[in-house]
Amino acid sequence: MDILEDRKQYQYGFVTPIESMTFPKGLTEETVRAISLKKNEPSFLLEFRLKAYRKWLTMKQPSWANLGVNPIDFQDIRYFSEPKKKQTLESLDEVDPEILKTFEKLGIPLDEQKRLANVAVDIVFDSVSLGTTFHQTLKDAGVILCSMSEAVHKYPEIIEKYLGSVVPIGDNYYAALNSAVFSDGSFVYVPKGVRCPIELSTYFRINERETGQFERTLILAEEGSYVSYLEGCTAPAYDENQLHAAVVELVAKDHAEIKYSTVQNWYAGDPVTGKGGIYNFVTKRGRCEGFRSKISWTQVEVGSAITWKYPSCILQGNESIGEFYSVALTNHKMQADTGTKMIHIGKNTRSTIISKGIAADNSHNTYRGLVKIAPQAQGARNYTQCDSMLVGNACSANTFPYIEVHNDSAEVEHEASTCKMNEEQIFYLQSRGIPKEEAIHLIVNGFCKEVIKELPFEFAVEAQKLLTLKLENSVG
Amino acid sequence: MLIIDDLHVSVEGKEILKGLSLTANPGQIHAVMGPNGAGKSTLAKVLAGHPGYEVTQGTITFKGQNLLDLEPEERVHLGLFMSFQYPIEIAGCTQFEFLFAAKNAQQKARGEKLFSESEFREFLQDKLKLVQIKEEFLDREINTGFSGGEKKRHEILQMAVLNPDLAILDETDSGLDIDAMRIVAEGIKKQMNPNKVLIVITHYQRLLDYLEPDIIHVVIGGKVVKTSEPSLVDLLEKQGYDWLEKETLGV
Repeated sequence: MDILEDRKQYQYGFVTPIESMTFPKGLTEETVRAISLKKNEPSFLLEFRLKAYRKWLTMKQPSWANLGVNPIDFQDIRYFSEPKKKQTLESLDEVDPEILKTFEKLGIPLDEQKRLANVAVDIVFDSVSLGTTFHQTLKDAGVILCSMSEAVHKYPEIIEKYLGSVVPIGDNYYAALNSAVFSDGSFVYVPKGVRCPIELSTYFRINERETGQFERTLILAEEGSYVSYLEGCTAPAYDENQLHAAVVELVAKDHAEIKYSTVQNWYAGDPVTGKGGIYNFVTKRGRCEGFRSKISWTQVEVGSAITWKYPSCILQGNESIGEFYSVALTNHKMQADTGTKMIHIGKNTRSTIISKGIAADNSHNTYRGLVKIAPQAQGARNYTQCDSMLVGNACSANTFPYIEVHNDSAEVEHEASTCKMNEEQIFYLQSRGIPKEEAIHLIVNGFCKEVIKELPFEFAVEAQKLLTLKLENSVG
Repeated sequence: MLIIDDLHVSVEGKEILKGLSLTANPGQIHAVMGPNGAGKSTLAKVLAGHPGYEVTQGTITFKGQNLLDLEPEERVHLGLFMSFQYPIEIAGCTQFEFLFAAKNAQQKARGEKLFSESEFREFLQDKLKLVQIKEEFLDREINTGFSGGEKKRHEILQMAVLNPDLAILDETDSGLDIDAMRIVAEGIKKQMNPNKVLIVITHYQRLLDYLEPDIIHVVIGGKVVKTSEPSLVDLLEKQGYDWLEKETLGV
């Protein structure tokens, strides 16, 4: 029974029995060189990594967030792990069947039937990209979706130019660490005027114990192009904390639009003791470089022991648009400190921030956001709405909005609200014939509606189910 | 249709109902009256299945089934409805989504055809007229920012949508002005027929003047101490409950 209950709480907590090639624990300059050598990287990348590593050595773990983080021993982490079976994979047919089984369990759309659902998938298992589906459709459109390792060899000039151009290597502690040791990730290139015909998707899975996952994603949308990109994340249930420190960089040129959606359901640790779970320290940032370019971040964060994440937009091009739609749900012992930064630089730039925080049980949920209007950002506008929902009496929700306005013509609006979901609301709906599970579903999804509608359809359904599932045991 | 026998109910360890019995048959309108704290609202909550109320003794039989075995939603599917004294606010979810989910949950449980959204909008038209609610109201969030009268009208709208065989109205008249009272009372009355039972919990004569109950129960100290003809209402209005309390205590 207990096992069943546990599974219900985190059904992705299994481990896949595959052999891996892993590096010994610990991080030195040698580790960095070894990763680069292992991946047969061009010298510019080794230089990039070493510079980042040296920078990282001079930095300290940030402590300003509203989080209680257990000390992390960075020498007790493995910085590289890949499934042993093969060096290069030509197609998914060559992937270890055990891994494919894993993805089947996770419901990853890999098979032909799912291909009809118009989702191209790149998969990162532990540190290594396993394969991309949907080659032909993308090829015909001229869209590139491949692993970062592949991109480094095939398109070195693009990687050299853009890697670290949005998130500089010394941006923050975890970004520096990622820049030094990242093992793989995804690369997307959408050529001028191309509207990517399908949703692109990456699925991240941490399988190995004591392994950090440091993936690196770069999306480049050329003039007048459009792309929608989704990522999903799960990990087995281990007692130890696992580190996930990713960096995502987006660049949108004139009239280009990038829509980036995340459904994050990493293992959150033991519900009672809080032991284990993923430390999710992620730096995501997009640069709206061109005129009327647009970047939208949509995230549904329901997992991880700790989430520290602020997907941001640098609105550099005139009339560019930045959007951030977020649902962050914490329950049990989870902690989240998440939000966004909207940096207005260009004229008549606009940004929208809609954040929905749901805190249940003994969890802590913080929104932290910065809206900055630079002196030259004539006519900039921002609208921010931060709503919190509390479930029970032992949780907490905080909102820290930072607003810096250096131009008098700016219009910045901020609204905030806090409400409670309680037994009385659920009873009210039940007393009209609506079963408990559906009652929670109605209340939560009503609360998150404005964010959920930004997700592509299949992911919206998935996200709604996840939210309901997570809260079922937390309410009355 | 409804048989309550020797019902004992505790809330947080404190006994509120102490052996309440009441029987209601199809076609009847019952009024339950009594002083504050007598246990009237507790009775309503227990019938609807509120999890905070513990039944320690006694039985409730509804349509031959043990009501206490059923979840709140199952009671609704069986044909029970309780109108709240203080309807709950739920932001983010519209009245339409709420009513649609409620009706289809009932349809599903009864093995009947589900409504499509457009069919349901059509179905709602008469019900809206019954309590004089404008269609625009369906897009508002559940009870959020509603006046007292609007909330109560929506309760009766919900009742009309679910079409229960047994409706318990917990102080539906409280907080209503004269016009709203008339609208609500007429809305309730039009739903009544010889196959249904209405239990009206109230302090006041006014609503009863509209509804014309068949039987009056007076609850004092967690029990029905008097069951009588409707004429008792006049007497209670004039003399209050003191004399009944004394009579009960045998003074």
